[in-house]
Amino acid sequence: MLAKRIIPCLDVTAGRVVKGVSFVELRDAGDPVEIAKRYDEQGADELTFLDITASSDDRGIIFRIIEQVAEQVFIPLTVGGGVREVQDVRNLLNAGADKVSINTSAVTNPQLVADAAARYGSQCIVVAIDAKQVAPGKWEVFTHGGRKATGLDVIDWAQKMQKLGAGEILLTSMDKDGQKSGFDLALTRAVTDVLEIPLIASGGVGNLQHLADGVKQGGADAVLAASIFHFGEFTVQQAKQHMAKQGIEVRL
Amino acid sequence: MVDIAIVDYGMGNLRSVYQAVHKVAPAAEVCVTEDAKVIANAQRVIFPGQGAMPDCMRELDARGLRQAVLDAAHNKPFLGICIGLQMLFEHSAEGDVPGLGILKGDVIRFAPELKDAQGNKLKVPHMGWNQVRHADHLLWQGIAQDARFYYVHSYYVKPRDTDLTQATSDYPTPFVSAVGRDNLFAVQFHPEKSAAAGLRLLHNFVNWNPL
Repeated sequence: MLAKRIIPCLDVTAGRVVKGVSFVELRDAGDPVEIAKRYDEQGADELTFLDITASSDDRGIIFRIIEQVAEQVFIPLTVGGGVREVQDVRNLLNAGADKVSINTSAVTNPQLVADAAARYGSQCIVVAIDAKQVAPGKWEVFTHGGRKATGLDVIDWAQKMQKLGAGEILLTSMDKDGQKSGFDLALTRAVTDVLEIPLIASGGVGNLQHLADGVKQGGADAVLAASIFHFGEFTVQQAKQHMAKQGIEVRL
Repeated sequence: MVDIAIVDYGMGNLRSVYQAVHKVAPAAEVCVTEDAKVIANAQRVIFPGQGAMPDCMRELDARGLRQAVLDAAHNKPFLGICIGLQMLFEHSAEGDVPGLGILKGDVIRFAPELKDAQGNKLKVPHMGWNQVRHADHLLWQGIAQDARFYYVHSYYVKPRDTDLTQATSDYPTPFVSAVGRDNLFAVQFHPEKSAAAGLRLLHNFVNWNPL
């Protein structure tokens, strides 16, 4: 049967992988190409690169990184960050990305999701949603790295994105991101249950049990984590073995 | 004359396919091409595909590549990938369109409301790494039974001739994930994105001499 996926996430700026707590206190984690190769060797099921470069001057760097990774790593690569128009999607796919993740621009211009899916297929369009809890059982979509409220309800928004052609939803809890206390399981469960398309849970992983909980309790189809892998705390292989022990189907 | 032609009909990105083939055949001349003559003259042909099948069929015809693909599928080592597998059949439920009709059978969608053994909802598209139970064929050489390959698709093929089946996978019930006969082989998963197992299949294909 289909395996649950483990996806290491690489936040990239100025050609380096970094990780911070809620987008501040960035800590250098190394060279993206080297890290991508390491995760591939450890059995990562996919890789996600998030270009968090603030200035548009440096945006070319991510293309060179993706080109290099795609020459050496033969698993799916997702790239996001700053995708504003169909041409951006095209450029990333041409550089070697298999999927492109759209976040803020999906909110400012939902038609982008429809246009990109129609042109390149839903299989390569991931819509990333940054969610913050605003009331018990209620979450709001935030954009611009979690700084800007949109007034949109996360569950409605995820369904709308699915309808417009998203092939997958990458759901990040802004409350949990960087906290290392586990996914927002209620959020994950609430969203996955209304979707036909796969859901990737993100934000908050601090140990291997959190990954297993995301699948078993949260109902996620894939789990994404960054810092637990970057700084050598755990390997992807250890994560998979931990999940397998709990009866979760993984690619070992 | 190129060694390996990858058929490009404008549907998505073929760089991954090119990279993976180049990796397993570094000395071969590999060409991503929209030129029917290049396809006709190539030693072997890879027929990939992504996106929606109606668009793929339309774009293939818009580039005048139908005959070149039909010929290649009959006379040289030929590997279909994903929609490139589905297009070989007679008809697809996706957009209710005819395919190339090289193989008899249909392309149908996964049923709605699928559940696994624990009662969890199974998502469509079927996306991720699934096990492949394969028949005895040279293209599976060196690939373990139940090895995992990367899939992303909402439709699957139902060949009328069950002898064509070269592999099945479960979601949750078995579906055909590879077909083959004579010089033709085609897979639903993406070997170019399936790590070592996928590279091995591509290696087997570029060294395959079925005729």
